[in-house]
Amino acid sequence: MYAAIIVLTVMGAGLGLGLGYAARVFRVEADPIVERIAAKLPGSQCGQCGYPGCAPAAEAIAKGEAAVTCCPPGGLVLAEQLAEIMGVELDRSAVRDADPGIAWVEESICIGCVKCLRVCPTDAIVGAPKMIHAVLPEACSGCTKCIDICPTEALRMRPIEVTLRTWRWHRPEGETRPEAAHV
Amino acid sequence: MFRLFGIRGGVHPEEHKHPTASRPIETLPLPERLCVPLAQHIGAPAEAVVKIGQRVLRGQLIGSGQGRVSAPVHAPASGKVVAVDDLPAPHPSGLPVLSVVIEPDGAQDDADHPVPSDPLAMAPEAIADFVSRAGIVGLGGAAFPSAVKLNLGLSGGAHTLIINGGECEPYLTCDDRLMRERAEAVIDGVRIMRHASGAEVALIGIEDNKPSAIEAMRQAAAGDDAVQVVAVPTRYPMGSEKQMVQALTGREIPAGKLSAQLGVVLHNVGTAYAVHRALRQGRPLVSRIVTVGGGAVREPRNFEVPIGTPLKALFDACGGFAETPDRVLMGGPMMGQWMPSLEVPVVKGTSGVIALTAAEVRKHPVQPCIRCSRCVEACPVGLLPLEMASRIRKSDYDAAGKLGLTDCIACGSCSWVCPSNIPLVHFFNFAKGELVARRAAEERTSGLRELAEKRQVRLEKEARIKAEKAAQRKRERQARAEAKAAAEREAKKQAREEQKQEEEA
Ligand code: SF4
Ligand code: SF4
Repeated sequence: MYAAIIVLTVMGAGLGLGLGYAARVFRVEADPIVERIAAKLPGSQCGQCGYPGCAPAAEAIAKGEAAVTCCPPGGLVLAEQLAEIMGVELDRSAVRDADPGIAWVEESICIGCVKCLRVCPTDAIVGAPKMIHAVLPEACSGCTKCIDICPTEALRMRPIEVTLRTWRWHRPEGETRPEAAHV
Repeated sequence: MFRLFGIRGGVHPEEHKHPTASRPIETLPLPERLCVPLAQHIGAPAEAVVKIGQRVLRGQLIGSGQGRVSAPVHAPASGKVVAVDDLPAPHPSGLPVLSVVIEPDGAQDDADHPVPSDPLAMAPEAIADFVSRAGIVGLGGAAFPSAVKLNLGLSGGAHTLIINGGECEPYLTCDDRLMRERAEAVIDGVRIMRHASGAEVALIGIEDNKPSAIEAMRQAAAGDDAVQVVAVPTRYPMGSEKQMVQALTGREIPAGKLSAQLGVVLHNVGTAYAVHRALRQGRPLVSRIVTVGGGAVREPRNFEVPIGTPLKALFDACGGFAETPDRVLMGGPMMGQWMPSLEVPVVKGTSGVIALTAAEVRKHPVQPCIRCSRCVEACPVGLLPLEMASRIRKSDYDAAGKLGLTDCIACGSCSWVCPSNIPLVHFFNFAKGELVARRAAEERTSGLRELAEKRQVRLEKEARIKAEKAAQRKRERQARAEAKAAAEREAKKQAREEQKQEEEA
């Protein structure tokens, strides 16, 4: 009987210690999903997703309330990354056309009112009161906030220009592309 | 006898070389206009240094190289600059490229470029500098600035210089003719390059379907142990960098590495000839030999052509088209690029222009993959084309990347053997672009995020400064009010005292 007690005690202690050790060594960090999603979002707070900013949108995506395809500036690339974080199957056809373009100023009608300067989430517009403004194309996220606020409709969107450096091969003909959007 | 090493995969497409291989190189009459693009090489485009209306001499600098990986551009003929404008590039997209348009005056006055008395006695760096200033880029098609490669060999301690005379693409014979007719000059260029790259030996690899070229080169190199001519088996894509290095050295360039990391530098025979011309004759790279071929061309042949010549002039000089071509390619039929029009110019990397008839272009309906694995056998890199293509079909480019997509040299062997006519290499070109686009999109997003964060910081700072200023003003107001009240109290007190004194008085 003693033998059995000793064997079982030793086994219990050994396995217990082993499990405890394993729990420490192979510890998996609890996934701060909201943070991981927020880190991928553009952070320009443009509100095109229907949420007041990127942080609330990240929470909604993490809760499953918003689709992983809800962020137009992020496009297909972001949708794929979010789908991976969330572990969901991506419906590529739900990705809205990812290229809203970039803003530019029609100089002949810009009155230099600086309204657009204040709303641009990435400080992409340069200008001073009563001076013609200009958009820095590299810094424009294509959120269209300035388009809505311009009193003279001097701000417009145009597609990002394809050059020899950015040109890419298209998908082979006769092979239908499952998703509509193009990054 | 030199020991050859086996290579993997490869295919044997019909050669179609003899119509042009048997004819000597001819000189093309000067066309009416030359359109010289300022970006003909891999790297930063050159910047125009001439004005409209200016007269230029042949070999005069018209575009200066920008940055470390770039190449200058020189006038291919003497004449007048009539435009500096965006013109269609010799590229499938037909997108514009900034070009200098010259109307030749026929005088062919040369710009003065002094030559060193003995290039082989110069410091290697000085030769590379010379090569760089002559605007020499890889003439095999890739158009990578040659001086950068020479320097890479020198700094990386290269022991072997490989000169690529493979010319494995069907139809093309420009290197073959060059080696047959101007072997001495090529070998001289090879000697200069060997010296410039610091290599001990130069191996010239030539496919064994060009016996006359091998013979001519052997004769020209006779008596020089440091320069060896090696016949390599004829098998497409023998002329690709990876295959040539493997066949001659037995070493495989590891995935994602450069041949320089194996102590090997590789240049094309045409490049060696251009180096000879630059250092012996003071002639920058302003012309090259181009094969005009394909079943649609009446009399195919090789021409020495000034850079900037429109393709139409080349075909016209061959008697025009015997039948309407189905497509016109720049480069060979396996890897060549589809040209948008006949107005686009010959550039430094143009080895040939091929007009193919409808019968020569294989156009069969695409069938489903039967998993015959012929593409796997054909792939010289050892990839699994069928697996990569199936991932790309599903738009899973990352999975294709994990299967080695970026190591694909786009040789087209897989497409060529596929019995189901699947456009495999097109899938790979497309997916490679997609991977690049994705990386760019990710970078852009993270850049924008940073900007948005900076703006947030700025707004907070501005709000804080505003609040501080407001607080300061409030304090000042209070202080002023207090001071005023104190002064009033003081005044009252004084008034009272005065009253008191008056009363007492
Ligand atoms: S050669 Fe074509 S059909 Fe055969 S396995 Fe490859 S892709 Fe499939
Ligand atoms: S194109 Fe790419 S995948 Fe196809 S055979 Fe050539 S290297 Fe292999």
